[in-house]
This record gives sequence, C-alpha cells and structure tokens, in this order.
Amino acid sequence: MSSRDTILSAVRANRPAGPHPLPELPIFPLDDSGDRVAFFRQSLEGMGGRSWIGKAVDAVGALFPQAKVIASLVPEIAGNRDMTAETRPRDLADIDVAVVRAAFGVAETGSVLLIDQALVVNAVAYLAQHLLVVLEPWNIMLTMKEAYQRPEFHQQRYASFHTGPSATADIEGILIHGAQGVRSLTVLFPES
Amino acid sequence: MSEGPRLDSDGLPALLHRELRAGDDGGARDSLGGRLTHGEATSRPLRPPTPEPQPRGAVLHRHRPVDHDEAAQRFIDAPRHEKMHDERLWDLRQKRDRQMHAIPEWEALRDLASTVKQHTLAHLDEYLEQFEAQAVANGIHVHWARDGAEHNTVVHGILADHGARRLIKSKSMLTEETGLRHYLAGVGIEVVETDLGERIQQLDDEAPSHIVVPAVHKLRSDVAEVFARTLGTDPGNDDVHYLAEQQREKTRPVILEADAGMTGANFAVAETGTFVVCTNEGNADLSANVPPLHIASIGIEKLIPRIADLGVFIRLLSRSALGSPITQYTSHFRGPRHGGEMHVVLVDNGRSARLGEPQFWQSLKCIRCGACMNTCPVYRRSGGLSYGATYSGPIGLILDPTFDRRRYSTLPFASTLNGSCTNVCPVKINIHEQIFAWRKVLAKSHDIGTAKQGLMKAAGAILAHPALYRAAIAAADSALKVLPAFLVANPLNSWTRGRDMPAPPRETFHQWHHRTDGGRKQAP
Repeated sequence: MSSRDTILSAVRANRPAGPHPLPELPIFPLDDSGDRVAFFRQSLEGMGGRSWIGKAVDAVGALFPQAKVIASLVPEIAGNRDMTAETRPRDLADIDVAVVRAAFGVAETGSVLLIDQALVVNAVAYLAQHLLVVLEPWNIMLTMKEAYQRPEFHQQRYASFHTGPSATADIEGILIHGAQGVRSLTVLFPES
Repeated sequence: MSEGPRLDSDGLPALLHRELRAGDDGGARDSLGGRLTHGEATSRPLRPPTPEPQPRGAVLHRHRPVDHDEAAQRFIDAPRHEKMHDERLWDLRQKRDRQMHAIPEWEALRDLASTVKQHTLAHLDEYLEQFEAQAVANGIHVHWARDGAEHNTVVHGILADHGARRLIKSKSMLTEETGLRHYLAGVGIEVVETDLGERIQQLDDEAPSHIVVPAVHKLRSDVAEVFARTLGTDPGNDDVHYLAEQQREKTRPVILEADAGMTGANFAVAETGTFVVCTNEGNADLSANVPPLHIASIGIEKLIPRIADLGVFIRLLSRSALGSPITQYTSHFRGPRHGGEMHVVLVDNGRSARLGEPQFWQSLKCIRCGACMNTCPVYRRSGGLSYGATYSGPIGLILDPTFDRRRYSTLPFASTLNGSCTNVCPVKINIHEQIFAWRKVLAKSHDIGTAKQGLMKAAGAILAHPALYRAAIAAADSALKVLPAFLVANPLNSWTRGRDMPAPPRETFHQWHHRTDGGRKQAP
C-alpha cells in the first residue's frame, strides 16, 4: 500500500467519535471611530510600519532621498529598474526601494496584502532594502475576518500580508527592523 | 475575582527580577520616538547580564530516559541566564494578556478555534483528500510520508531530481522532529537556516529551545561567541544590532545562490489547497521565493477546512505567541510561482496513531504558538534544552512521549499541574489534564522505572494510612526529613528544588499535643 493510502486508512480507522460539527463563523464588531485610515495608520505604526500622505510622484524623493536603485511596479511613480516576470530573483538584490500596490489594507492590524500579480517577481518585496506600498484610502477592510472574504485568496498563487517591516528580537528581546527582508515599510496614501 | 498583576510606575507589570531594569536598549522606535514592542520584543528595556558560561541541555543517553531534573538544575545554577529567560518569557505572557484584554471576543475565538480543529481532526481523511486534490489542481506536487525517515528520503529525492546541493530553510518544528538537517548533511546537501534564532542554534549545534524564539535561552554574549567562532565576527563586540546585521550580511549571498528553499506551514487550507506560513523576519518568503524550487513540509494535523477559518486562527496565533497583533508576514501559497516548482510533503510521523487515543487526540489541535511554554514556571526556570526533546514545556510533556515512551517517560513529571498552560492555550487543549493522564499511563505501562514505581507505591501507602504516616514522621523526627525521600528529591516533584524548604520543627504537632495536653499544660 502506498504511504498515502496507509496514512489515510490509519486516519480513517482512528477518527475520533462524535459529530463534531463545523461551526459558523460569527462577525465580531470593531469600532474604528469613523476614521478608518487613522485606525489603520495607528495599527501600522504599532507594528513598526510608517505611512505617508501626499502626491505619489513626490513620495520616493521625500522618503528616500539617498536611494539609487528604484524598482517601481506602479505606473504613477517612476523607477530606474525594469522588472519582468522573467527577471531572476537574485538580480533584485541591489534594489534600494521597491514600490508596489496593495490589493487592500486591513485596519485591525495595519496589514497590506501584496499579491503575485502586483509584485511581478515575489522576491522583490523581500530583497529590496525598503518597501513603499501604495494603498488607496477607500481600500481598507476593517477586520481580518472581513479580509478573508476577499477573492484574492481563491485566485492568486501567492498573497502575503505585510504588517510593518522585517523584524527580529531573537537576541535578548531587542527589536531590530530589517532582519532578513526589508528594513522599512511605508504605506503611501496617494493624494491627487 | 482577579487582581491584576503588580504594576510598576510606568503602568506595566513589575519585573520579576528588578535587577534587570534598564533605561534603554537601543531597540526600534516609531516615527514619534516611542519604543516599539511588536514581535518578540520585550515590553521594556532589560539590562544585559554580564557574561556567564551558557548552561547546556540535557545529557542524552541512547537507552536511558532524559534526566530533565539534572539539566534543569544546571540551568538554575546559571542565574544570569535563568533570570533573563524567566523575565523574557513571562513578559511574552503579559503581552499576550494585554492583547487578550483588548479583544472582547477572545474566549469566543478560542472556542471557535478549538471547535474548528476538532471538526477537522474528526474528518481529517476527507480534508486531506480535498487539500491534495486542490493543491494538485493548482500545480503543486504532493507527497506523503508515514514517518520522519520517509519524509527525509522524499525531500532528498526531490532535491536530487533537481541536482540541488544548497538548501535554505525557514524554521519548522516538523523538520526538527524528523532530523532533516542531520540527514541531509549526511548525503552532502548544505542546509542553512534563515531565521536568526534558528541560525544561531544551527551554528552552535544546538536544537531550538523554544518553538517560537529558538535562542531565547542565550544571552548576547553567547551569540557573540558563537558568531565569532563560526562566522568570523568580532569576538569583542556583542552589540545586538551588530550581531543581527552580521547575520543578515552573511546569509544574503547564501539565499541568493541557493538551489532550493524549504518552509514548514502554520496552516493548510483544504478548500483551496493553500498553505500559510507566518514569520516576523520574512525569511520564509525569501526561502520560498528566491530559489527555483520550494518544498514545504506539513504535518497532517495542520489542516483547516476553509479560508474563512484563517480569520479566527491568524487573529489568535501571534497574539498568543508573542503578544503581537499579527506576525510581520502572513503568506498564502496556493501554487508555484511563474517559472518555479512547488512541492508539499504531508507527514504523519505518529499523528494518525495519536488520533485514535481518546485521552490524547486533542493535543493534535496544537498550532505551535508556545503560549503554554511562556506561562509555565517549570519551563521558564529550566530552559527548553533541559527537556532533551524536540518539543519542550507543557506541550512537549504531552507530545514527546508519543514519539518515545521510555526516553521521555520523565517529562510528564516536569510540571506543577497548575493549569496555566490550559488557560492560555488558544485552541483549548486540556494540557495539564493530559500531563496527569500521561503520568498514569506511564506508571501503568511500567515506563517510569521500578525505582520510581516503588517510591510512588510507598508514598501512596504511607499517605493513605494516618497512623503509619504519623509513625513514619515521628520516627524521622519530622515530615520534612522523611518526605524529601519520595516527594522532594525525586523527579516527581523536582520543581520544588529551586525553593528553600522551611526548617523542620523540633517536634510534631501530635507530639506537642500529647506532651502539653493540647496546650493546657505549661511548657517545662
């Protein structure tokens, strides 16, 4: 018998007794005090992320004046590094700032969902030194519960909630941003 | 009724060890200059202890049960390590409590998480088949492994098919269970851990001491020594930023050049064939997204039915583990990326057998958050390596004996049975009841050794007969002089060792009552 069948028949033989029904998932209220963007920004700050409100074209210059290599995956911000689906991940290691658009945000935690389609090469969101994420202010879910109703989780091959930058406190509990991935994450709320 | 914890002037719970108080630790701050405490960061700065040799874990013998007691005593005998360990883990517990109090529906979430897991486990065959079908439809190669050895062979086979020699990997307790790193080293494949804590442990040739913070038992001076010895860093520099940056810089070229990447999974969703990986460092996403080949090892108990269920589990996981609202990265893998290849190995390794044990199957609900470890007084004072097993702390006491009854027969006794583990468990596993049930099982199956059985029997007989008990303690002058023989100085109660026992009285209460006629006669 194959390992698959051995495991499945052992699981079947050992099923715990009783009906054990699957519960419905209720909605729990969360009060964002009527200002969802402010609520989101507060959650994001607590997780080490930053936010910036302004004209998209000004963002990179204002936030990263020292940056040399900029890979922009949004049309409204110019970069100087082109990326295609064929770009090898290892060729992204010298990027200072990557600019991507979030599928949506989550106010409860200050998270942004980044999907493979928007990233073009998934690794760019981790190999760049800094990440700038464009998020429209109307595009914020209130809770994680709501977020998981979204179609992205049924459509994309890769979808990742980013909540602040890469972080570690593995040594003596001292918090350091930029453990392995990006050193900073800034959410840009664009003003027209 | 519950009184809150003892508070300090800053409004946070007072430190357990006041001497660790410090002004600033140089940790990350927000845009207004406020100290950040997300992830596994401490609530307030702690003073780095002066260096002290690091206590090592349990001494392992092939055929003898682990002597947790002996290793725990050595940890306690290294007070700087012990106090820092105690403080950091208790702080994670307090951070968890603050998150819990901020969510009115916390208990409802725990109920839901437990019920969803129970349902999944009771229908696990169906959900495994559904997950497999969905994953295959999405282009994922699905493999099955009955045990750790088969898992390692399967992984080796996939790597060999691709001619892969260099593997980068994120933390996975399952691959610790199967001894994957050791196995792959034996067949000439280089494995590099990418989580900072796990990398420290790999370089020091130690197992992770905690499922979430693998190097929590080490001080910065220990890390500086390990990195100097293995990575060639400055042995005189134990600045934490320096150490973390050195690891980043030394690991990055390895990540870029790796042939394959490996992750575990926190959840596997049957509905969509998705698996979910949560990290703070982003190292799982690097391991999965940089090399052309991604292998994920997943224990069969990680299944959940629906994407929507993640709305319950993701809300509980990091809050329970670290007292942080969410991990920095929560990544959903549903299929291989453009030009990449993705493999999933579904691993049993004892899980299907445990499913059939009415007393113990609910331990399979575990989502590996470590909350039970952080709250456990025995774990905090003895360090994870003292358990000499893949899983330590309360959850380890009930998981480890399922892998090897005799070797881990002493572990269920490393508990005060205070029930705190059960109270903090986000999926409501009755951990302390299972610990007690394991003691009974091990006693019945003679897996705890004849000496300890004799002691248990003697203790039972004496405690059951008041006259015998009085005679025994009178003959020995005091209960404390006779009781230590079977209640204090053996692994049944080894947790009392770290405390001072009160001095024995000169006479027993019964002797005093008889001599003074219940206090009516004056003392001579």
